[in-house]
Amino acid sequence: MSGLEDCQTQIWLRWLPIWRRNARVWRKLAGPALLGNIGEPLLYLFGLGYGLGFFVGQVNGMDYVVFLASGTVCASAMNTASFEGLYSAYTRMAVQDTWLGMFTAPLDLGDIVVGEAIWGGTKSLISAAAILLVAAGLGLVADWQALWVLPIAFLLGTCFASLALVVTSVSKSYDFFLYYFTLVITPMLLLSGVFFPLEQMPELIQQISAYLPLSHAVALVRPLMTGQAVSDILFHLGVIILYLVIALPIAIRMIKKRLLS
Amino acid sequence: MQINNVIEAKQLTKTYDEKCVVNKLDLTIPAGQCFGLLGPNGAGKTTTLRMLLGMTTPDSGELQVLQYSIPLQARQMRAQLGVVPQMDNLDPDFTVTENLYTYASYFGLCRSQVKDRIEYLLEFANLQSKRHARIDTLSGGMQRRLTLARALINQPKILILDEPTTGLDPQARQIIWQRLRHLQNDGMTIVLTTHYMEEAQRLCDQIAIVDQGRMIASGSPKELIDNNVEPHVVEVHGTELEHWLTERGEHLGARCERLMETVIFYLQDEQPLLQELMAKKGLEYLHRPANLEDVFLKITGRELRE
Repeated sequence: MSGLEDCQTQIWLRWLPIWRRNARVWRKLAGPALLGNIGEPLLYLFGLGYGLGFFVGQVNGMDYVVFLASGTVCASAMNTASFEGLYSAYTRMAVQDTWLGMFTAPLDLGDIVVGEAIWGGTKSLISAAAILLVAAGLGLVADWQALWVLPIAFLLGTCFASLALVVTSVSKSYDFFLYYFTLVITPMLLLSGVFFPLEQMPELIQQISAYLPLSHAVALVRPLMTGQAVSDILFHLGVIILYLVIALPIAIRMIKKRLLS
Repeated sequence: MQINNVIEAKQLTKTYDEKCVVNKLDLTIPAGQCFGLLGPNGAGKTTTLRMLLGMTTPDSGELQVLQYSIPLQARQMRAQLGVVPQMDNLDPDFTVTENLYTYASYFGLCRSQVKDRIEYLLEFANLQSKRHARIDTLSGGMQRRLTLARALINQPKILILDEPTTGLDPQARQIIWQRLRHLQNDGMTIVLTTHYMEEAQRLCDQIAIVDQGRMIASGSPKELIDNNVEPHVVEVHGTELEHWLTERGEHLGARCERLMETVIFYLQDEQPLLQELMAKKGLEYLHRPANLEDVFLKITGRELRE
């Protein structure tokens, strides 16, 4: 029972123990965690959706609150995974030395970082599901095709968790993450069509937006939730996947460099 | 298959920013031995342990652990290794048993496979009554014992401990020593670093003293003492110390060291000095056998390492 045989038979599943460890911790604190994950997006949905929506009226041929609901799902997926990849991952990397403990077992940092990224995607999936449920209860979701939002939220979350892990790999403290939020996450939130459509914005803004992974998620999720036909599916998915497959190996390399000098 | 030497390092070298932290280090550790790596702060002990685990890649030299080439095959090797790190890194979100089950899962071991093992380890670490306790409610000694139990979850062939009793009170330290000796009697190979000479002297079969990345002495505790220092030590202090020293002159006929208000004599034959001291007023003295600390201080010097 050395454990050697077991772990060699499941090479492609080596990330799973990390994921399961995080899931077990999450389950213990699920109440407050869920509240944090979906409380804020719901406040936006109600506050902006119904409050601001009263003055805005129709956007792109739909009620503003309907327009906002799909944006909120994407924004929440991004935020949830980013927090997980920054604050929580940093705690496990630098404060609790959890990763070092995993490393002294036969896990490599590659397994650990992949496990963290997939866990970030899972948390995004959970928060997207919760918001979707509430939105459906409020009659803001058109039909069952909206369930396709869930795998997209998972992919988007894994992508943003990987980006966040790159930032975590060079961070000296929690304070550093404020730069990332101010310089990357918040502009992305405003330039991806979450709160307002971008068609009337200057050409430059629209060009920038075309490079942002969040705007491609919105381009998929909005028609899915409002019962419209989705176009350019592979292209939009491709952009998100591209960010993921670039960010994840960089995160692994940088974290190896940091911990395995 | 019996492996004779479980760890073999040849000419290991590691340099950080032009500072040579480990310098052409040779180590041979036979199976079943308790091996102590001693040295002042910054001597390269932790870097050496990191190299053994495959966490730090040596710049040059050869390293084999359990016949695996390190760092190339470090993952396979770590499956058969137990590690007690310098800082406890138990999972604060889990209870005692949850910590053990979770750690087992990192080895690919599932619940049913380790259920009995965990019961045994709880008993071994004397933590049965704490099985459902949260980590932050455990004392420092209990946390250390749990870290030790956790390191044994995979029935390792080698146990590596980085300063296992630093920061523990004497009672807690005694229990850890007892547990380590128990493992030693079962034939476990143990590699530990420590600052405590008493710990090394009690536990280790073989000791290597390193300083500035080089091995400067090695052998059993007894060999090290016999080969490096005189068997008797007399420490003298008191109000009349200055007067007595002047009176005797510098011809003390023995190797001695001045440490602030105390003079330490290292002697082959202690009787003449003891006779003399007994007759003196205003002088206190302590006669003791030479120990590993005397060796350590003699060969690494007394200046502070920070």
